[in-house]
Amino acid sequence: MTVEELREVAEKETARQAEYRHRITCCSAAGCASCGGTAVHDALAKAIKARNLEKEVELAGTGCMGLCGEGPLVRIAGDGTLYQRVDAAVAERIIEEHIAQGKKVEENLVDTSDPFFSSQVKIVLENCGSTDSEKIDDYIAAGGYEALAKAVTEMQPAEVVEEVRKSGLRGRGGAGYPTGLKWGIVRKAQGEQKYVVCNADEGDPGAFMDRSVLEGDPHRVLEGMAIGGYATGASQGFIYVRAEYPLAIERLRLAIKQAERAGLLGNRIFDSQFNFRIDIRIGAGAFVCGEETALIRSIEGKRGRPRPRPPYPSEKGLWGAPTLINNVETFANIAPIIRKGSGWFAAIGTPKSAGTKVFALAGKIRNTGLIEVPMGIPLRRIIFDIGGGTPEGTTFKAAQTGGPSGGCIPAESLDLPVDYESLATVGSIMGSGGLIVMDSTSNMVDVAKYFMDFCVDESCGKCVPCRVGTVHIHGLLEKISEGRGTTDDLALLEELCQMVKDTSLCGLGQSAPNPVLSTLRFFRHEYTELLHAPEGYVPAGTANEKSTTQ
Amino acid sequence: MCNRHRNLLICNDMPPTNQEKPHPSGDNRFKLLDRAITRHQSRGDALIEVLHVAQGIFGFLDNDLLIYVARSLKLPLSRVYGVATFYHFFTLKPQGNHTFVLCTGTACYVKGASGIQKAVEHHCGVRFGQTTADNQISLVSARCVGSCGRAPVAVLDDAVAGKLTPESAVEKIGEWQQVPGEAAA
Amino acid sequence: MAILTLTINGEHVSGKDDESLLAIAQQHGIRIPTLCHLDGLSDVGACRLCLVEIEGSPKLFPACTTRPQEGMAVSTDTERLRRYRRIIIEFLASEGNHQCAVCVVNNHCELQNLSYETRLTHVSVPYLYPKKELDASHENFIIDRNRCILCTRCVRVCHEVEGAHTWDIAGRGIACEIISDLNQPWGTSESCTSCGKCVLVCPTGALIEKGEAVAEMEKKTDFLRYIVNARRKREWVNVDSDEE
Repeated sequence: MTVEELREVAEKETARQAEYRHRITCCSAAGCASCGGTAVHDALAKAIKARNLEKEVELAGTGCMGLCGEGPLVRIAGDGTLYQRVDAAVAERIIEEHIAQGKKVEENLVDTSDPFFSSQVKIVLENCGSTDSEKIDDYIAAGGYEALAKAVTEMQPAEVVEEVRKSGLRGRGGAGYPTGLKWGIVRKAQGEQKYVVCNADEGDPGAFMDRSVLEGDPHRVLEGMAIGGYATGASQGFIYVRAEYPLAIERLRLAIKQAERAGLLGNRIFDSQFNFRIDIRIGAGAFVCGEETALIRSIEGKRGRPRPRPPYPSEKGLWGAPTLINNVETFANIAPIIRKGSGWFAAIGTPKSAGTKVFALAGKIRNTGLIEVPMGIPLRRIIFDIGGGTPEGTTFKAAQTGGPSGGCIPAESLDLPVDYESLATVGSIMGSGGLIVMDSTSNMVDVAKYFMDFCVDESCGKCVPCRVGTVHIHGLLEKISEGRGTTDDLALLEELCQMVKDTSLCGLGQSAPNPVLSTLRFFRHEYTELLHAPEGYVPAGTANEKSTTQ
Repeated sequence: MCNRHRNLLICNDMPPTNQEKPHPSGDNRFKLLDRAITRHQSRGDALIEVLHVAQGIFGFLDNDLLIYVARSLKLPLSRVYGVATFYHFFTLKPQGNHTFVLCTGTACYVKGASGIQKAVEHHCGVRFGQTTADNQISLVSARCVGSCGRAPVAVLDDAVAGKLTPESAVEKIGEWQQVPGEAAA
Repeated sequence: MAILTLTINGEHVSGKDDESLLAIAQQHGIRIPTLCHLDGLSDVGACRLCLVEIEGSPKLFPACTTRPQEGMAVSTDTERLRRYRRIIIEFLASEGNHQCAVCVVNNHCELQNLSYETRLTHVSVPYLYPKKELDASHENFIIDRNRCILCTRCVRVCHEVEGAHTWDIAGRGIACEIISDLNQPWGTSESCTSCGKCVLVCPTGALIEKGEAVAEMEKKTDFLRYIVNARRKREWVNVDSDEE
């Protein structure tokens, strides 16, 4: 395909869509699919057919529209009407009343002026809700693959790297390493063969950002990877995706096939010398494979055990070759940066943390679902404006970010701006974007124990501190939460946490104690209250009223 | 996702046509496996991909199957065993006719997954990670199925059920038990 | 290759840029405790005993896999490192079932020596008392998983030097175990050549020869040096000509 042909496809698709009077998009991501979304899609199709409206109404399955807790969601493109909790009967009414008679179905309307929508800034999720996730033409009509065309035909690889560097984009997988810097290292690394790897092993429990992007807009990730391949001199890419995401895998397979057929992946892309292929590798249920050296081992077909760094994968990665590893959301940001320029991107967010971040809101919060906000937004706005606060009758206690590697942010830090550095000051991390809200009914010692249990289970067993230390920390937490702990146990707990953090081999072990350390920092009284607990003591959060005091 | 095989991968490798010669082992399912192995050019680094396909076809990975994979990919037996036991997605034991996969992700935890766990374990008389004695139901816990918006969530034979309570979870399992052997879609 | 100068514990030392900090320290007679490292085998950085501090970084680095840099200031024996090393030994002691008094390598055991070296007087964490298998099915050797510390020396020597790859690790986390072939009795393993290298490199009494009495067995690992050296110099390439 040439650049001209790409534009032709875009124009043709836009013209085709303009022929319809209405465009109805129905969420086809796993969140809505799990509550009957597929049936809604079928019901809509049936209702359209029954009224002979096929020529006037186009029905498309689209990516996550955010309000997952109220799904299935259906959107009418022209006026932007959004319907929630749609079932077959409501679908029928949408066609009959809204489409045929121009009368909205009031009962299922979503108020799109709500801060849940107005406070968001969408870059990564810009196509979710509007384009069809399974049609490459739709993606192209929305400006897709333009960035790849621009990079390959108008820019030198070094210029692409420089553009990404200037944008200020940082890795969205958790640690926040500057993406442009990483690209530069891989570009300069010596090696005939180089690889690009997309880390889609989204293992943090409570996080589903990457899944939503892969399901809703898979071509955006492929385009970002291809641009990465061009910039670094790689000709082969791998997407390492969790086996738990069958729908994402299916959509990716389809998207790769479509892109290959269109000549957007493969040999001589845009009539240049640039060749790039992408293969899928499927994970098999190991959280540690989100760690880049373990992920490399896993792609090589081995036990996913990390190895000490340096050497970093940018120099010695897959089969010893220089390898660029970024996560899904990072790659999803690349195309808009190249298309609209680094200046545009750098102006969003804060000077040190540019752009937006996608969060998966879950837990004790009214609006659960997927949101995208500019970096630096205060946590309070995320939880109370966008999330709608905690459910009736309970009060906010803490927000957990970064999953088992992160920490709990207490109510007094609610005005903290959400960026990499600020979250670190309270002992948490940005993480991949899971944001779990806990209210007054949550017991923080139990929360710490829950995460440590996770780490015990997910430790690969290679290094001693993580393999054995997590077991002992979990044992101490169990002892304390059952009221059998002593002040000595608490001191030992802190010592072991520090030791495991300092001495473990990889990020999993080094960050495993974070949930304990952060709850100890902000909710220490919940631990001390449990020491030498008298008979019949009811721990905080397990009852409405505490039966005893300290 | 293919319901019969409980695996998504198998759908790319549908059964061979009748005209083809049977596999030397007499079990034609090995032909499917061979095809996946050939597609990966018998490369050792395709081990995980091949194990996915093998489990998709046979339901679980028994010793003979592991030996077959090891020989085909020219890998040491202990390495194949090591990989098969490292990843929790692989199982070396046969699964029950129905699987109840409870999500134990953070969102589900916060919304009371542990209560469901206790109720279901009590109802079935086995712990998570085990299969009932009559081979009807396997209880499996997953780290997060990514449907946090509908927490707490369980996957019942590939169908996701959200906003569960201990009672509704037990009720759904009860439906399986009323019609023994019948696969619920 | 370049020669670099650095300091270890304040002492000026020099070393090649492709050597590990551990090798440089050893050449200068500076002791850094190790357990998973063994000269002649690849380094995995798993036991974390050889962690050292490097000035300017809050992180700790495994000496066995860290390369030197010009002007680097390394500390190998700080209060923090000594404390952490002792906890690592405590972890290992609590993880298995180690009864030194009835062990054939008593007094010749690297784990035991390290517990003396780290002045371990008592184990502050509870013993886990795992149920582990002892396998005496092999004609000459025994594997007692109760005494295994998962250093993976046996796995590496079997793969890297003998080339049999009989051993590997199964499971993960605290449930990790050394297995032969398909987790079958060692004696029934088809890949094992009965060379005994794994027994010799094992730092504890997990792999032992049959017929040894308590405290009788000493492990010798010198053979590795010759094999690895000969292989590196390709002394076996023209094996035929030497045979006359």
